[in-house]
Amino acid sequence: MKKGLTALSLAILASSAISTSANAASTFVYCSEGSPEGFNPAFYTAGTTFDASSKSMFNRLLEFKLGTTQTEPGLAESYEVSEDGKTYTFHLRKGVKFHSSKTFKPTRDFNADDVIFTFARQWDTNHPYHKVSGGSYEYFTGMGMDSLIKDITRVDDYTVKFELNQPEAPFLANLAMDFASIFSAEQADYLMKKGTPEQLDINPVATGPFQKVQYQKDSLIRYTAFKDYWKGKAQIDRLVFAITPDASVRYAKLKAGECHAMPYPNPADLDQMKNDPNINLMSQEGLNVGYLGFNTQKAPFTSSKVRQALNYATNKQAIIDTVFQGAGKIAKNPLPPTMWSYNDKVIDYNYDPVKAKQLLKEAGYENGFSTDIWAMPVQRPYNPNARRMAEVIQEDWAKVGVKAEIKSYEWGEYLNRSKKGEHDTVLLGWTGDNGDPDNFLYVLLGCDGVGGSNRAQWCNTDFDNLLIKAKKTSDQSQRTAYYEEAQQIFKQEAPWITVAHSVVYEPIRKEVKGYKIDPLGGHHFYNVSLEK
Amino acid sequence: MFQFIFKRLSLVIPTFIGITLLTFTLIRLIPGDPIEVMAGERGVSAERHAILSAELGLDQPLYIQYFQYVKGIFQGDLGNSLVTREPVLSEFLTLFPATVELAFCAAIFAVLVGLPAGIIAAVRRGTLFDHSVMTFSLTGYSMPIFWWALLLMLVFSVNLGWTPVSGRIDVVFWIEDVTGFMLIDSLLSDEEGAFSSAVSHLILPSIVLGTIPMAVIARMTRSSMLEVLSEDYIRTARSKGIAPWRVIVIHALRNALIPVITVIGLQVGILLSGAILTETVFAWPGIGKWLIESIGRRDYPVVQGGILIVATIIIIVNLLVDLTYGIINPRIRHSN
Repeated sequence: MKKGLTALSLAILASSAISTSANAASTFVYCSEGSPEGFNPAFYTAGTTFDASSKSMFNRLLEFKLGTTQTEPGLAESYEVSEDGKTYTFHLRKGVKFHSSKTFKPTRDFNADDVIFTFARQWDTNHPYHKVSGGSYEYFTGMGMDSLIKDITRVDDYTVKFELNQPEAPFLANLAMDFASIFSAEQADYLMKKGTPEQLDINPVATGPFQKVQYQKDSLIRYTAFKDYWKGKAQIDRLVFAITPDASVRYAKLKAGECHAMPYPNPADLDQMKNDPNINLMSQEGLNVGYLGFNTQKAPFTSSKVRQALNYATNKQAIIDTVFQGAGKIAKNPLPPTMWSYNDKVIDYNYDPVKAKQLLKEAGYENGFSTDIWAMPVQRPYNPNARRMAEVIQEDWAKVGVKAEIKSYEWGEYLNRSKKGEHDTVLLGWTGDNGDPDNFLYVLLGCDGVGGSNRAQWCNTDFDNLLIKAKKTSDQSQRTAYYEEAQQIFKQEAPWITVAHSVVYEPIRKEVKGYKIDPLGGHHFYNVSLEK
Repeated sequence: MFQFIFKRLSLVIPTFIGITLLTFTLIRLIPGDPIEVMAGERGVSAERHAILSAELGLDQPLYIQYFQYVKGIFQGDLGNSLVTREPVLSEFLTLFPATVELAFCAAIFAVLVGLPAGIIAAVRRGTLFDHSVMTFSLTGYSMPIFWWALLLMLVFSVNLGWTPVSGRIDVVFWIEDVTGFMLIDSLLSDEEGAFSSAVSHLILPSIVLGTIPMAVIARMTRSSMLEVLSEDYIRTARSKGIAPWRVIVIHALRNALIPVITVIGLQVGILLSGAILTETVFAWPGIGKWLIESIGRRDYPVVQGGILIVATIIIIVNLLVDLTYGIINPRIRHSN
């Protein structure tokens, strides 16, 4: 027994020496929240997967300028749009190298073939790679790219032309999304000849800042910095994702110096993080919105007066305080404030139960009515506790005579039933994909979305026409004007109560320099360095 | 004897059929469609839903899906995960060594601590030591694992810095997967300090996972020892003047151990299933966490296949315990 104890304490001593040495090398450890679903970002929609694949390993024709929702040149140095807005010509960057792996060494630099391969695989159902690894390209089809693209042609080695079926301004923002990450056509050909095409999705070579070296499911992912990266080698030499699903444990690891950065802290830990001398707690408003949608096709919510009345009856500040515990901000528009074309001139409904009662009376509901509030069964950044939020709203509405019953379903059921409009009112939200206003307004409130992602089942022709006009012009100032007007109509018609935008917190250790929060929710490590 | 073995084995077959039916139906009884769950707020169009259902084989009638599943089992194919699209069996095999390693170390901890504590408590019945062991084991038995894990982690890893917080090995070591057992792989790697790092990463999770079995073993050993110690033959041995430690270790312990060994065997199931919480807290890449996530994602093949394998292992262990028990104790063999 005694011997056993001595051995144990020796082991403990040895280990503590090692954990301190882990921080000395320029190895950056990120305590990620889960395993990626895979390493081909075109197949998936989860941020966890993108952090591990597209953000670290890949590049796209256009990229989001870190810290903003604007695009900047990536593998395409420049582009031109035709007058009719249907033809986009991209001029590609020269001298871009691909990673090499144990099994594949590229012989040439990046060129037009790689762009054609990447998009043709997803778009052309007859492409030899289309069906490989299951062949479901969720985001490509989800963003409507399959019906939007008419043709993709190679003009020369460094020029590619995309022809569209109709003008669609958000197309450019889509090209900066994760699913548009560029693969190596040469590796694809090599693997196809070898008879193992699915290897392309497991061990792809790409052009990004880090190269994947090892992946142990549910444990860790190791990368090395790519020394021939076209923007220059990253300042750190190695990058490790230590997969740690529990937020309290991630925080414990951060405190103990076992990792340098972590996503999604527990709201309850925030105060302690703020006061921790070793931790720098960064924060920014998230690219999301949490809302309560009225079913505008069901009485009494067909009346805009009733919808306005309940907007007045809801005390949003109380929700921010109780549900978000400060990690949220009142939303007045369906767009988050970090997005271009956010209309700050819109005046929100203030908390005014007297006004609410008066409006209800005008609408013929002097004695109130009974309804339901659907509360999501899951936690989301835009709504950390839907049940609690529903309770706060229930109490507020009761004060103006509206009796609401709280209902909830299993998540898949919830989404499905609310799509069909079985609810009276529903709590839900949205996190932006491509930083384009169209991705919020058209998806969530456009007439096309009724019976689908438009949970308010709201179709207003004035509003919808503005969105369609904005889709058809690539002039950003013109688009901004359309969207600003649309936000005014939205507020007046009140198909939703815009509840909150979350505040995203990212605790990092003090020795980490150069880290920036991505409003689109990704985690990027190219710019970071470690101070000794 | 052969008849006994045959009877035991024949009971296994209906148990298997029961397990396949249960896992197949239970996961499908939970509302929620895997495709909807995957799509989330973004949603998926009806056409796309139909295409995906067909690809994943979810559009077939249930009895055909069940038939396919059972047919697959006979061919050693448990299907592919709906999420990662990798074969369930290969995912299981990459993750299982981590679970086994942890369960093994936890079992060693439970036996090394639980057994001596139970013996001493029995020998010194009614003393302060006895009362403390019983109190501690009752506390250990009713300890919420999640809370216990976080408590140990905060004290030993964050405040004292003695043990690492989570994971299987320090990130400075780049260990190749050879056997999947980190203790062995780190020895094979020749990297200096890798083995002790792997050991130190095992300490807290083993203690946490081993706490409940340890409490059970301590209590069982104590009561079994007390029973044996009051037997006539012990009194005889003592009156013959045999050294007290000899009476306890040689004469009493051997008989007292029989029920304890059965209990230890039964703990295997608890160690494998109890690993779910421990694995989640310590970010331990084992099958517990894998199964929990798959239930959340309605990943039918993983849930069906994973549970089937785990259940098989538990059945085999129980069968072995039954058989050895039958060998040791003729009364059981013949009563059947």
